[in-house]
Amino acid sequence: MSSGALELAPLPRAVGAAPDEADVPRGIRIRGLTKEFDNGYVYRDFDLDLHDGEFISIFGPNGCGKSTLINLISGLAPIDSGEVLYNGKPIGQTKVSYVFQNYRDALFPWMRAISNIQYPLKLLHLDKKTRDRRVEALLAEFDVRIDLQRYPYELSGGQQQTVSILRALITDPEVLFLDEPFSALDFEMTLFIREKLQEVFLQTGTTMLLVSHDLEEAVYLADQVLLLTKRPTRVAEILGYDDPRPRTVETLSEPSFIATKKLSLEIFQREVRR
Amino acid sequence: MTVNRAVVTGGSVRRRKRRALRDRLLPIVGPLILIGLWWLTSATGILNAKLVPAPGPTLVTTWNALLHGTMLHDLVQTLIRVLYAFAFAAGIGVPLGILIGANERVYRSIEFLVDFFRSTPSTAMFPLFMLMFGLGEEGKIALAAFAAFLIIVFNVAYGVLHARKTRILAARSMGASSLRIFSDIIFLETLPQTFVGLRAGVSVALVVVVVAEMFIGGVDGMGHRIMEDQYSYNLKDMYGSLIVSGAFGYGLNYLFLLIERHFVHWAGR
Repeated sequence: MSSGALELAPLPRAVGAAPDEADVPRGIRIRGLTKEFDNGYVYRDFDLDLHDGEFISIFGPNGCGKSTLINLISGLAPIDSGEVLYNGKPIGQTKVSYVFQNYRDALFPWMRAISNIQYPLKLLHLDKKTRDRRVEALLAEFDVRIDLQRYPYELSGGQQQTVSILRALITDPEVLFLDEPFSALDFEMTLFIREKLQEVFLQTGTTMLLVSHDLEEAVYLADQVLLLTKRPTRVAEILGYDDPRPRTVETLSEPSFIATKKLSLEIFQREVRR
Repeated sequence: MTVNRAVVTGGSVRRRKRRALRDRLLPIVGPLILIGLWWLTSATGILNAKLVPAPGPTLVTTWNALLHGTMLHDLVQTLIRVLYAFAFAAGIGVPLGILIGANERVYRSIEFLVDFFRSTPSTAMFPLFMLMFGLGEEGKIALAAFAAFLIIVFNVAYGVLHARKTRILAARSMGASSLRIFSDIIFLETLPQTFVGLRAGVSVALVVVVVAEMFIGGVDGMGHRIMEDQYSYNLKDMYGSLIVSGAFGYGLNYLFLLIERHFVHWAGR
């Protein structure tokens, strides 16, 4: 995974030497994932393989556990049993970041925006100079025009979510989880941040897992669309979508886009009715 | 037409300014009415002058007692006791509240106890505290501290328990240790609720200190002064002491509100 665009020394990876690169399967490997809530199994013996460095959109019926899936594999919620490996490493040794749907509850209102973005670096015990340099590089790269000396509550919703995404990117994560990051934003901001996200993906090649409730958006951003069934949740289908990036408004009228979207919708409807 | 409109706008701006000024004076309307009523009922003899002296002489007496008499001393003594009590209450209550609130099972097992003592009138504990701490400063301060402590500990624990989970999850997803999550997230997340407790706590400490000064032996303090005034029928000074005590309590609360606004600038935003 390259993040050469940042032109900075790589951050210290989590401890634990990576297993021998050659014989380790790349990507995210989920085996026998099981999670039971009070009202029954959400996942039972769930297997899934996802490629490294791809943008994966997760789409499925209401309540099928889309968010639960990324909570479980990101280590945010404990799993009952099963195994999740990132390029052969367990989650504890993998650098992941998470962007929440509700930026208002996820940002720290007592810190200025700039300190919010730096906070993950502080947890890595980096000194102030390194932190500042890193933030500067990140901001320069994504051309952010927000007054970061302000507190989150002084920013608009879109600006706040931009700050959360920057905070997630500052550690140069191997995997970025996004839980409906646009659903609390107005349309204009959604479009803006969607483009920013695509830009980030193009520049860093970070593996991204996006939970979305908007099929058009899910397909538009994806290399792979992961379609889930109702509970207990299984994989209904994984659809590849490989139109070239950067994708634009024109992409939306490409036959390949329309076909993928139509197929996704058909699978979705089949699963909802089942 | 244009000229006309300009004139109308100018007039309305002036009117709006005047209304804004008037609105800012609204808070003193109530006190003025009260003093007016006091003056009127005294002047017309409706109020028994033996029970309620007229406002003029009362205010003069109060002014003199503050500047040349012993009232300022009493006020300062009360303030010192309140601050001591508050310091103990907050010093123990905030950390303990955080510890209790951090674990839901601990909270549930202690909730009843805290609620029980909080509901017990703290003045009913006078004899107990007199036995344990004696009639001196310690007794008064301990009792006031105990009453304030209960309120603070409850509010802090409640705040920690109901801290928004998303921020904690966010910090955890960044790899923050439990200790880090506590000091960087939960403590600050709880700060608005903590301040609610601190403000209520300092008010209660004032109440208990004043009552304790009345009934637990002592030679000074506003409570002691009010009691002495009543015994010696020094009613002008008594009413003056009441007004000063009220202003003091209000000022203390307002001071805490200012501190709160400074430190918890994000509350409710």
